[in-house]
Amino acid sequence: MAEQNVIGKAQNGGLAMDREIADDVLLSVQNLRVWFELRRFGFGHAGYVRAVDGVDFDLHYGKTIAIVGESGCGKSSLMKTILGLNTPTKGDIYFGGDQLTAQRGENLRIYRSKIGFVQQDPYGALAPFMSIQRILEEPLIVNGIKSKEERVRRINKVMGEVKMSPPEDFLQKFPHMLSGGQQQRIVIARAMLLEPKLIVADEPVSMLDASVRVEILKLLRGLQEEHNLAFIYITHDLSTVRYFSERVFVMYAGQAVEKSRIEDLIRNPNHPYTLALLAATSDPDADNATRFRDVPPGEPPSLVKPPKGCRFHPRCAQMIAGLCNEQEPPHFETEPDHLVACWLYK
Amino acid sequence: MTDKILLSVEDLVLHFRTSKGDVRAVDGVNFRLGRDEAVVVLGESGCGKTSLAKAILRLLPKNVSTYSGRVYLNGEDVMQLSDEQYRRQVRWLRMSMVPQAAMNSLNPVMKVGDQVAEPCIIHNGLNKEQALAQASKMFQHVGVPLDFLHRYAFELSGGMRQRVAIAMSLVTSPDLIVLDEPTSALDVLTQANIFNVLKGIKSELGISFILITHDIATSSELANSVAVMYAGQIVETSDAHRFFHEPLHPYSQKLMASVPRLRGHQEPDFITGQPPSLLFPPTGCRFAERCTKRFDRCSQEPPITEQDGRLVKCWLYS
Repeated sequence: MAEQNVIGKAQNGGLAMDREIADDVLLSVQNLRVWFELRRFGFGHAGYVRAVDGVDFDLHYGKTIAIVGESGCGKSSLMKTILGLNTPTKGDIYFGGDQLTAQRGENLRIYRSKIGFVQQDPYGALAPFMSIQRILEEPLIVNGIKSKEERVRRINKVMGEVKMSPPEDFLQKFPHMLSGGQQQRIVIARAMLLEPKLIVADEPVSMLDASVRVEILKLLRGLQEEHNLAFIYITHDLSTVRYFSERVFVMYAGQAVEKSRIEDLIRNPNHPYTLALLAATSDPDADNATRFRDVPPGEPPSLVKPPKGCRFHPRCAQMIAGLCNEQEPPHFETEPDHLVACWLYK
Repeated sequence: MTDKILLSVEDLVLHFRTSKGDVRAVDGVNFRLGRDEAVVVLGESGCGKTSLAKAILRLLPKNVSTYSGRVYLNGEDVMQLSDEQYRRQVRWLRMSMVPQAAMNSLNPVMKVGDQVAEPCIIHNGLNKEQALAQASKMFQHVGVPLDFLHRYAFELSGGMRQRVAIAMSLVTSPDLIVLDEPTSALDVLTQANIFNVLKGIKSELGISFILITHDIATSSELANSVAVMYAGQIVETSDAHRFFHEPLHPYSQKLMASVPRLRGHQEPDFITGQPPSLLFPPTGCRFAERCTKRFDRCSQEPPITEQDGRLVKCWLYS
């Protein structure tokens, strides 16, 4: 069986939007579905992987939204779609007024150049055979900056912004000569080169040492304040979200199960899945060694045949028979700006 | 007293030969581990914690230049054994290891049950049937369904593969298991699950652990005691309670301050600068360059001093 992206067609009829977009919204994701077709023997249809299945949010200029979820919950597919690498199956993305599904060819390339991307594994993200100079020059060349002086000026500027100074000490080096933290700074510098308004950061600190993590998060926050950057911060670690983001949404099996401000989520978590995530996150405390943690049984469901009704119901201790396993829960508002997709709050 | 100590490491040294000189990965390490206890070796990447594990288990690469010291296991100095004796008597049977990224190091063309049973056939001299029975017993301990015995590694999720790797380290019933970053590539819920499994094994089977990690928050899930490693040396050893409450060494304090916390409100901080090169470590205290409490004596090598049963290598305490 092979996976193939379904050729995207906006089903909502061209430019018609599901809802109005306010002026201060940079990115609007509207009822987004990204399905990948499974093929049998190369042509027979064998179903869809519903990687993203109805995700809806707005991101304002200069703000951060954190997407929290386990591997396989669809957060990478969502991220790639926002970056313009996957085509939405249904729904659409509006970025600074541009509609993603209307972009083709050269326009799509320009769309992509407006969003910076910080990868999870810095070493894997930097070509090992290129010097730092080449790595940073490449996006500028691709995006048509022909003057060498201009490229050098821009590179020196971003190197200063990520606190790699003097740049001459690093530009001729190769990625393996740098420490993990320095490599991640180069990745961030590359994302900043084309002066984007939005940066998508996919677990930017999970591969780094504890002592460097905070440094990188503070660097990102500093850049955000200085350039009024919007961030999408993707992670599975709730403890770092607090220091970086105002809003968070928790994803499970392709859907957002809870959306709120981060303080509200920690103070008053609603969805049983969020509760489980919070309960499983440890703080350094010697008493941890003496107690077992509550973990919901089982594993996240297959996205080819997700469970009927609420997708978390097979693992949920508070499952209401006849409701949770039959009907998909809508989003209930439990307090201002705090939405949860769970029948317990109807 | 001595029969409570399972493992005692004294002046362990492991240097590697490179074209630029000797890398002093493990440079005079001392620590003790009691029976049914777990010690956490904490440190940044490149501080020599994986090399320490390899030195204890004698899993050495070819470019070793110095390998010395004493490793007492149940009072017997296993460093005196020849490599062949060590392989026959110690590794697997008395100490085993779950290597880093163990879940990706399973053999892709062998059923996981056969893989878990294999050490029993080689080291305990069981026949295949007995070994498989032993393997299925271990699968129950780590919470892997028994029909997974006949599956291949690619059919299992990351968490299940990690459990299989732990089952493999358990199968020869050793006294001590060395875990190298057992959960660093896993999701939060899976991490919590794996630690539940380890806690269960520790209390049911009475196995001791050396847990090697840089993740302080999750290390507290298993630790009875903590050893902090910096630039090839252990700078602090302490019981877990007092360590997580109030670390002594300035490096440990900085490490603790760098942990983002879910509960509580202190803003995390980071350690400026980088660890020194292990090729030419500085004379004197190796942390001095990054230390905010540095004073003139720090240019000399600090002694290890005792503070209420905790050991710390810092001039502030002597």
